[in-house]
Amino acid sequence: MTAKVVTITSGKGGVGKTTAVANLAVALAGRSQKVTCIDGDIGLRNLDVVMGLENRIVYDLVDVVEGRCRLRQAMIRDKRLPELYLIPAAQTRDKTAVSPSDMIRLCDELRPEVDWILIDSPAGIERGFKNAIAAADRVLVLTNPDVSAVRDADRVIGILDAEGKGSPALIINRLNPTLVKRGDMLSVEDVLDLLAIDLIGIVPEDENVIVASNKGQPLAMDSKSRAGQAFQNVARRLMGEKVPFLDLDAPGLLQRLLGRM
Amino acid sequence: MHFFFGRKKSASNAKERLQLVLIHDRTDLSPTELDALKDDLIATISRHIEIDPAAVTINVAHDGRSQRLVADIPLRSTARRRARF
Repeated sequence: MTAKVVTITSGKGGVGKTTAVANLAVALAGRSQKVTCIDGDIGLRNLDVVMGLENRIVYDLVDVVEGRCRLRQAMIRDKRLPELYLIPAAQTRDKTAVSPSDMIRLCDELRPEVDWILIDSPAGIERGFKNAIAAADRVLVLTNPDVSAVRDADRVIGILDAEGKGSPALIINRLNPTLVKRGDMLSVEDVLDLLAIDLIGIVPEDENVIVASNKGQPLAMDSKSRAGQAFQNVARRLMGEKVPFLDLDAPGLLQRLLGRM
Repeated sequence: MHFFFGRKKSASNAKERLQLVLIHDRTDLSPTELDALKDDLIATISRHIEIDPAAVTINVAHDGRSQRLVADIPLRSTARRRARF
């Protein structure tokens, strides 16, 4: 096994990175893939609560890096799925406790063991972000269809390009089809026009996401909801499957007529 | 219905604003710096050939993620140039 390291980042905070990582992890693990998630947000750990694993933390990422435990000991196994693990972030205030080369070493140690390593990047473009992308084979940039999230996504895409990480793929999260139809939210086409990178996912706004995080049970565990379905589709695309995008923002007839005028 | 037709859609407003802001973010070129560049360009070119400074336009165009500086510099016609002497 040689794991693919996939980092999810966004620039702006609060666009749904942690939710996306939890859901992609669950979706991949549900397809018989061996998955380890790493929470890269040192000092502000959250992936554990979103995944419902917060009560089982003994060791964290900084413990591994500083040699207080073996890598295996810091991997919390999610009992709901056969091969899903989480390495939680530390709650220490020292954000320099982990370096990009630590992340590369850690991922290299993990690579032979699993199929996927998903890294949840912190917001911003500082050390934590640099750590999160250091070992990445593939970067997914997550954005919301709003001006500040798109602007920050563009900055991050520029930095990834400058760092030689190649062109990332885009996930547009929290798309509200009703607002798009009304002309009050940037459409998928608008965002793609602006950012000019490949699209790998469109996730509609879905209140079930809140319910799922309340319960610590990622949506993609049972994919009845539209957001859960959308994350399942992203996971399938990551695995190389061609999956058509859900047509959420097809403009209505009136919209199309108005567009021509 | 009239107010519906009359209202400018906020999404297109967002897109237009983002198009401008992203050009400046990507090139690190503010509108003031672009104006200074335009003035320098006009001064340099005017030393060699007669141009109409008021008609000069300079813009950053984008093709995918790559940016391109596009200048349109109309020359004064020879007839008009002679007429000035």
